[in-house]
Amino acid sequence: MSDSEVHLTRVAAARWRLALLLTAAMTVIYVGFILLIAFNKPLLGTVLMPGLSLGILLGMLIIIIAWVLIMVYVRWTNTHYDHRVADARRTRQEGR
Amino acid sequence: MQSGQTNFVAMAGFAIFIGLSLVITWFAARKTRSTESFYAAGRSITALQNGLALAGDYMSAASFLGIAGLVALSGFDGLIYSIGFLVGWPVVVCLIAEPLRNLGKFTFSDVVAFRLRQTPVRVAAAAGSLAVVAFYLIAQMVGAGNLIRLLFGLQYETAVVIVGLVMLAYVLFGGMIATTWVQIVKAVLLLTGAAMLAFMVLMKFSFNPLALFEEAARQYGNGVLAPGGFVAGKVEGVSLGLALMFGTAGLPHILMRFYTVPDARTARVSVAYATAAIGIFYLFTFILGFGAMVLVGQPAIRAIDAGGNMAAPLLAEAVGGQAFLGFISAVAFATILAVVAGLTLAGAAALSHDIYVHVFRGGRASEKEELKVARGATIALALLAIFLGIAFKGQNVAYMVGLAFAIAASANFPALVMSMFWRGFTTRGAQASILFGTVSTLLLIYLSPTIQIDMLKHPAAIFPYKNPGLFTIPMSFIVGIFVSLLTPEPAAQEGFTRLEHQIHVGEEEAV
Repeated sequence: MSDSEVHLTRVAAARWRLALLLTAAMTVIYVGFILLIAFNKPLLGTVLMPGLSLGILLGMLIIIIAWVLIMVYVRWTNTHYDHRVADARRTRQEGR
Repeated sequence: MQSGQTNFVAMAGFAIFIGLSLVITWFAARKTRSTESFYAAGRSITALQNGLALAGDYMSAASFLGIAGLVALSGFDGLIYSIGFLVGWPVVVCLIAEPLRNLGKFTFSDVVAFRLRQTPVRVAAAAGSLAVVAFYLIAQMVGAGNLIRLLFGLQYETAVVIVGLVMLAYVLFGGMIATTWVQIVKAVLLLTGAAMLAFMVLMKFSFNPLALFEEAARQYGNGVLAPGGFVAGKVEGVSLGLALMFGTAGLPHILMRFYTVPDARTARVSVAYATAAIGIFYLFTFILGFGAMVLVGQPAIRAIDAGGNMAAPLLAEAVGGQAFLGFISAVAFATILAVVAGLTLAGAAALSHDIYVHVFRGGRASEKEELKVARGATIALALLAIFLGIAFKGQNVAYMVGLAFAIAASANFPALVMSMFWRGFTTRGAQASILFGTVSTLLLIYLSPTIQIDMLKHPAAIFPYKNPGLFTIPMSFIVGIFVSLLTPEPAAQEGFTRLEHQIHVGEEEAV
């Protein structure tokens, strides 16, 4: 395996790690929310202030979290991953 | 609003939108000369354009009319859908979008078949795609028929035929270029319409959403802010949630959009734009649903449509009068048309690119021949959509969409993931996983209380749950793994190294 291949494998592994971590985070948060609905309805019905229940607050937060997770992934891949893949490509072409 | 009364602003909006989409089609038709332009808009769509088009492809009538109605009638419970429809997008961007763009050409079967034997995998994957497309189409066509009948006083059947034919005209001649632009226009219209509606609702509550929720709780009790009976059991809730979350990553018409951009980076960035648009829209549905509950009132909403599907148009009439009702109705119509077009194109690609070219012609069909078959498939699917729309008159729209998501999550998603992550995945494994996912989902739904008790009026159902996802999604993975282990395939293992490389650098670089 050439240096560039090793380099590419490393970048690739880093991206999959982040991707799986973010996917797992979203799954845990969302399934957790569904389980709360299933197991403890009264808790989510707790009125925090007039008009705002815990359930509505968490629901809005999940929409925002989904967006933040995507931004984390896109920013990391745009700034780090793309450059490192491009580097690996360049080394490979020079090595030819 | 009186059912069946003609609203002239709605008629005008409707005519303007049809006219606009035909103009787009005329321009697009001149550029649609190759399969690459027909299926993938020449891969020239930018990230922002594709983001809006994804949003336009994804936010169906079920989202706009269905969720607003659910929230208006049951409060918090409707929000479970809004949230579920959004949480699938991080999965799409992290696991699916980039590999899909780098590995495939036109359909998600390209990815599954990348290193496996073409014929068996393509047949299975096309079947999975077509099953999803068919149920999703039924939902959209039934929704369109009802909506137009209510808004314009046309007959249900006439309405279904009109939607089918208009959609056919622009998919047939304008292909993906026209479909993309119609979806972009629709996404902008839908976001603008929802924003205006939310603005006018909040104006009455001094721009404080909590004041609106508080008023809803005062009129209908604190129960509307809490989970109710909608997610009845624990299994039911998790099962529905999983199907919504992983279904998004298996919807053929959504996956197909990633082929319209020039590279993986653009595909990734387009998801960020799409999620921003979709997320904002779902936050608006909180306001619209509760707004309709308070300002229109539940009895008035139920009087027009028992399922609550007319809550958003009724709200528009309550806050903005006839003209605004017309505008929102035209937006709802555009919404349906754009989604139906995306679905038809995805179905046509499965029939022509997967079945005809790769199965019947062994991958050796000329460009011209494939384009001809793709257009033939488009006509067939449009006629099928019209037929299904009429045959399934009166079915619950949200339920059909839920079914489509369940099949997508159980049939397409597991095979897609395993083909990209697991070296040992084989042709037989892929075939078994996709077919098991499709058939088991359909069978369990047939045996569920929804069909057995609600539709067939039997006293009991063999399968106790309405949502099969919790069982069918893991089982599809297990079947795929088990069959792959039984049928080792050295060629597929060797191909995996090439796949791993191409996932990251794209096609040009692969040797």
